[in-house]
Amino acid sequence: MTNAALVLEDGRVFRGEAYGATGVSLGEVVFSTAMTGYQETLTDPSYHRQIVVQTAPQIGNTGWNDEDDESSKIWVAGYVVRDPARTPSNWRSRRGLDEELADQGVVGIAGLDTRTLTRHIREQGAMRAGVFSGSDLTDDASMVEQVKASAQMVGANLAVDVTTDKPYVVDAIGEKKFTVAALDLGIKSNTPRMMAARGIEVHVLPLTSSFEDILKVSPDGLFLSNGPGDPATQDHAIALTKEALGRKLPLFGICFGNQILGRAVGRGTYKMRYGHRGINIPVIDVTTGKVAITSQNHGFALEGTPGEEFSSEFGRAVLSHYCPNDGTVEGVRLLDAPAFSVQYHPEAAAGPHDAAPLFDEFVTLMNEAR
Amino acid sequence: MPKRTDLKHILVIGSGPIVIGQACEFDYSGTQACRVLREEGIRVSLVNSNPATIMTDPEFADATYIEPITAEFVEKVIAQERPDAILATLGGQTALNTAIALHERGVLEKYNVELIGADIDAIQRGEDRQIFKDLVRGIGSEVPRSAVCKSMDEVRKTVADLGLPVVIRPSFTMGGLGSGMAYTAEELERLAAIGLEESPVTEVLIEESVLGWKEYELELMRDRNDNVVVICSIENIDPMGVHTGDSVTVAPAMTLTDREYQHMRDVGIQVIREVGVDTGGCNIQFAIHPDTGRMVVIEMNPRVSRSSALASKATGFPIAKIAAKLAIGYTLDEITNDITGETPASFEPSLDYVVVKAPRFAFEKFPGADPTLTTTMKSVGEAMSIGRNFVEALGKALRSLETKSVGFWTQPDPEGSTLESTLKQLERGHDGRLYTVERALRLGASIEDVYNASKIDPWFIEQIAWLGTLRQELLDAPVLDEPLLRKAKRAGLSDRQIAALRSELAGEDGVRTLRHRLGVRPVYKTVDTCAAEFKSETPYHYSAYELDPNAETEVAEQREKPKVLILGSGPNRIGQGIEFDYSCVHAAMALRAAGYETVMVNCNPETVSTDYDTSDRLYFEPLTFEDVLEVVHSEQRSGTVAGVIVQLGGQTPLGLAQRLADAGVPIVGTTPEAIHLAEDRGQFGKVLNQAGLPAPKFGTATSFDEAKEIADEIGYPVLVRPSYVLGGRGMEIVYDEESLSGYIARATEVTPEHPVLVDRFLDDAIEIDVDALCDGDEVFIGGVMEHIEEAGIHSGDSSCALPPITLGASDIENVRRSTEAIARGIGVKGLLNVQYALKDDVLYVLEANPRASRTVPFVSKATAVSMAKAASRVMLGATIAELRVEGLLPATGDGARLPEHAPVAVKEAVMQFHRFRTPEGHGVDSLLGPEMKSTGEVMGIDSSFGKAFAKSQTASYGSLPTSGKVFVSFANRDKRAMIFPVKRLADLGFQVLATTGTAEVLKRNGIPCTEVRKHFEGEGNVVDMIMAGEIDMIFNTPYGNSGPRIDGYEIRTAAVAKDIPCVTTIQGAAAAVHGIEALIQGDIGVQPLQALQATLRGDA
Repeated sequence: MTNAALVLEDGRVFRGEAYGATGVSLGEVVFSTAMTGYQETLTDPSYHRQIVVQTAPQIGNTGWNDEDDESSKIWVAGYVVRDPARTPSNWRSRRGLDEELADQGVVGIAGLDTRTLTRHIREQGAMRAGVFSGSDLTDDASMVEQVKASAQMVGANLAVDVTTDKPYVVDAIGEKKFTVAALDLGIKSNTPRMMAARGIEVHVLPLTSSFEDILKVSPDGLFLSNGPGDPATQDHAIALTKEALGRKLPLFGICFGNQILGRAVGRGTYKMRYGHRGINIPVIDVTTGKVAITSQNHGFALEGTPGEEFSSEFGRAVLSHYCPNDGTVEGVRLLDAPAFSVQYHPEAAAGPHDAAPLFDEFVTLMNEAR
Repeated sequence: MPKRTDLKHILVIGSGPIVIGQACEFDYSGTQACRVLREEGIRVSLVNSNPATIMTDPEFADATYIEPITAEFVEKVIAQERPDAILATLGGQTALNTAIALHERGVLEKYNVELIGADIDAIQRGEDRQIFKDLVRGIGSEVPRSAVCKSMDEVRKTVADLGLPVVIRPSFTMGGLGSGMAYTAEELERLAAIGLEESPVTEVLIEESVLGWKEYELELMRDRNDNVVVICSIENIDPMGVHTGDSVTVAPAMTLTDREYQHMRDVGIQVIREVGVDTGGCNIQFAIHPDTGRMVVIEMNPRVSRSSALASKATGFPIAKIAAKLAIGYTLDEITNDITGETPASFEPSLDYVVVKAPRFAFEKFPGADPTLTTTMKSVGEAMSIGRNFVEALGKALRSLETKSVGFWTQPDPEGSTLESTLKQLERGHDGRLYTVERALRLGASIEDVYNASKIDPWFIEQIAWLGTLRQELLDAPVLDEPLLRKAKRAGLSDRQIAALRSELAGEDGVRTLRHRLGVRPVYKTVDTCAAEFKSETPYHYSAYELDPNAETEVAEQREKPKVLILGSGPNRIGQGIEFDYSCVHAAMALRAAGYETVMVNCNPETVSTDYDTSDRLYFEPLTFEDVLEVVHSEQRSGTVAGVIVQLGGQTPLGLAQRLADAGVPIVGTTPEAIHLAEDRGQFGKVLNQAGLPAPKFGTATSFDEAKEIADEIGYPVLVRPSYVLGGRGMEIVYDEESLSGYIARATEVTPEHPVLVDRFLDDAIEIDVDALCDGDEVFIGGVMEHIEEAGIHSGDSSCALPPITLGASDIENVRRSTEAIARGIGVKGLLNVQYALKDDVLYVLEANPRASRTVPFVSKATAVSMAKAASRVMLGATIAELRVEGLLPATGDGARLPEHAPVAVKEAVMQFHRFRTPEGHGVDSLLGPEMKSTGEVMGIDSSFGKAFAKSQTASYGSLPTSGKVFVSFANRDKRAMIFPVKRLADLGFQVLATTGTAEVLKRNGIPCTEVRKHFEGEGNVVDMIMAGEIDMIFNTPYGNSGPRIDGYEIRTAAVAKDIPCVTTIQGAAAAVHGIEALIQGDIGVQPLQALQATLRGDA
């Protein structure tokens, strides 16, 4: 057993044992309340530079398989669990989670009281932290110093780190009906899959793409993906969005994409105290009053009150969805342009499929725009 | 969508007596429903025949009908109450079946009553196996291949196609009754025949075997805006083949990836929509092939179920309460999550702990019954535990069961168990299977070996294997230091388990001393539905050990009000069930009202006591000395503990009393010393002597020779039993030396520390049960109950009447004087139950128990006085005089002297013999004796004994016949007494059939009867006639005094199989005749308890 410590910027230290790789890893410590889907969580690019605490204690039970990755690698900076599995059990499992973490160099910590930690984060807010083990486990003061010297999440432009280098295409399944340009701010694999299943050929484009690059694929619509970091840093993506809105190109955004659409129509974004990370989060559609149980992972949100109608340079818009737990805005819809976005994850993975029909809505928008 | 305004009056149907497969979870759900509906300003009428339920307390409904839950009686209630709607989805299968029957009889239409929650179509879509299968296939999901069969011919054809093994499931039964797995053609013939018999529509489903597949359940809720949420996923450790009620289960599911879980969730949501459960909860079961992941839907219950109660307690999400709100029109997002007090109910709970449920069995009560676990549920209760990981929760669950083993390594391995025999044993489900897994691993089996034998998921096996590694570490460590002790405690090991490995610590106390010295104590976490994402308002706690000495404990300080801890009764078992939970809940209510902060400790997920609404604080913890002591410590740290109540939860807390007191815990009420005085026969004998009260002669023996000597002196028959028992465990009447020696040989296994008691058995005596309250000085008689069966039948199994129907005023005065003398002699402060036998005008004291008895709820309902509420106040220092002034007790008088027009209440016990079979497939004997066998009880209440008795029989066994054939066969000693009742039956038009001896006597007395052959006299005998459905009622008292009673056995088991009334005592026969007369007169009405109790109080 190798000792490890999770050190928070406010000086609080939680001790446990090393899990996965040993060493040091710095990032923002956040908790996820999902009870399933650790493989999807770990490979979700939106968790880039975050240390993820799993509130569910038994993690790794189903091992690691070759099908459920949401991107090419594990993005979380550090991983905090209470009771990791020693031997995985599932017919699809290929290796253990600890093995995969170690192989990918992800520093983790296990055995600590994750509930005390979660309650601390809930009360004090998400903050910078570090996981230290092996020779990097030193005295508390110097570890706290290292944590304090690390970068803040506010003002962090992280999408550039996770976006694809080169454009790639995900073919439509069956008959191709539409072409969508998907701006990769940290896209998860299941998103193009969900579109492909609806006859959409998805051109995933790097964040650095120009609007001309987008037009080159002759898109029926533009998609803004999820992604990590502070949306206030995304001037380029916002500019592209405005272009699309001006041309009435059907647009659909998810998570980070929702914040970008929001900013493009003049709404502010703010950092939440500890965010929404889980797969049990209710969202109410203001129009129908219906509830969807959603998968979420966001630390920033759009300002405003649910149901609020406002005008923008692209006409009227409405804050279309909200989370009844705390009133957070969870979606925006333009009334005079074919564009909408949600703060949650209709592509799920991990999480419930309640919001999947939003992809059908995107299809409807593109159909109407023809 | 707000509440519907057209629903002003709702009839709630309860689930009746506690039976296997349908226990107090429906009291929990029904109580929640009644509470919610009344809070919403809706008039609530309620039908439930079970007096031991909280829901039937008069304050929970506007009109409470303690009447049989049959279509006939519910129709009478509907005609009288004229409700707008019926809520039948919270009363288990009984309520659902009654709703269907009401529909079929046209009652719903006639009175224009709406079924809310699930309508008839939805109930049928969910319950009818073929419709359900088609529906699942229709949404593109899979079900096991199968066919519905209505005859044995169809069964054989189907199996020719599917191949063996197959599962047999009868339609419209609960708890898997009559279902089973057939591996061979013979088993198929036998089981399918049983299944066809058990199904009310003579229909079974023959199904492809999914034996050994992984088994899961989802609990879902839907509102009328079509929002659906999954409250909880449950994984069965025992794979398919063992009924989920008999499986050890875990929440949340442990071995599913998100992809598989979401697929299951999608299918579950589609199913609840397709079935059309408009509002409320449902439970869906799935099986997953362990190698391929192929998932099939097994079944769904379009109602709240036992699993919903478990899911509610496991997550903190009150399914029944929310279901009731949804039924009257609210949507999930309009309902606040009580636990957080802020967020809405439209979410899915997230758990940051692991929950384990383990079943409790009672095979020892059914000698000869096959203990193999199958798809027919056999467990009588369950315990749930919460831990921060699986092994912690498992350890707590195993010790919560209060079985002989209290966790791994606490009992020696069965003699002669080898690796081979142990693995063989793992192939079939059995009680204690996880102990067998541990043993197999310790004997050298690999995880794979255990998996191959049991098909238990390797993840669970590995967890147990790891405990084996930890065990070795604990054995090998030179000293037990803090880190190792923390590691062991965090793995759920009790002090007793650790003590079993470290002999130098001199037992559990030594481990605790060391543990406390090292500062290793549990922290208390909170069940908050949201994994700490939001603050929670509700103090629903469980213990956990963390490695971090600075881990937070979440118990809030509370120093304003004195606290009272109430220790519950743990898992239901025969002899200790819902009646004790009832008393605990009453104590919580009464003490809360009196300004105390009430703290409940219990581990039974089915109960009202473990509803977080019942007490101010809830600790979901095992009721062991160690766990309770830590809870007391936690509460003492956070405030002032005024006292701990041990006398309401039955034997479980009572058994802890002395040790808790020795450890300095303030036990309130009757002192542990006084309890001992009553339980120690020698000392109790002195108390009786001093008071001049007669008792049957008795002696105490520790060997056969001693027992023989005593028996010779006092004369046979004698009643023998171990000391300190509940429910007559191990109690027998023995008639000769040979059976005495057999008994001693067996009894020494029961409780080795305690000797065997040998009592003179009083033949033909009237047994009387008294519940009383004593404040240390004054005595309040709650009720005097006269047993209908003679002494010798366990009081829990015999029916009784209150007020006593044949006792004279002087008898009752004698009972009062004796009870007062005993209460004072023992030093009772609280409740006292005394059992007497009246023989030849002498009132013998059989036993006294200074604690809440099983009859407390019955007495409270029958006399309109809440005995348990008053008792809890007395324990905290109130006097009877003060409570009379306050109104908790009547201003004058007591239950021994009820008003002249008081209604008569009859309690009848409910048996479960039909669930058990010998390994050869025969029924088990239904004969009653001094060992308790019933699981539950009903109450019939009306203006006269006959009517009340008829109702009690209807509620427990279905109606008594009013015409047809009665078969009578009496033991010689009963032949004189039988003449009058049998004659009366003949006069009422019954055709009497009798065996030779009985027939002769009847004929000599001018009663026409037909002679029939005994079982061993060849074809066309009485057993054949019963099985052919030709007989409507049986009076059969056992012949002789001991030895084999083959004929009686065959007759009784046939009666059980055909579900016809079978009376085994002469007194019961007379009562049945009374009841039949009342039924024939046809004027049996229904009356709400509120009105009946007004009569009692004289307000009417």
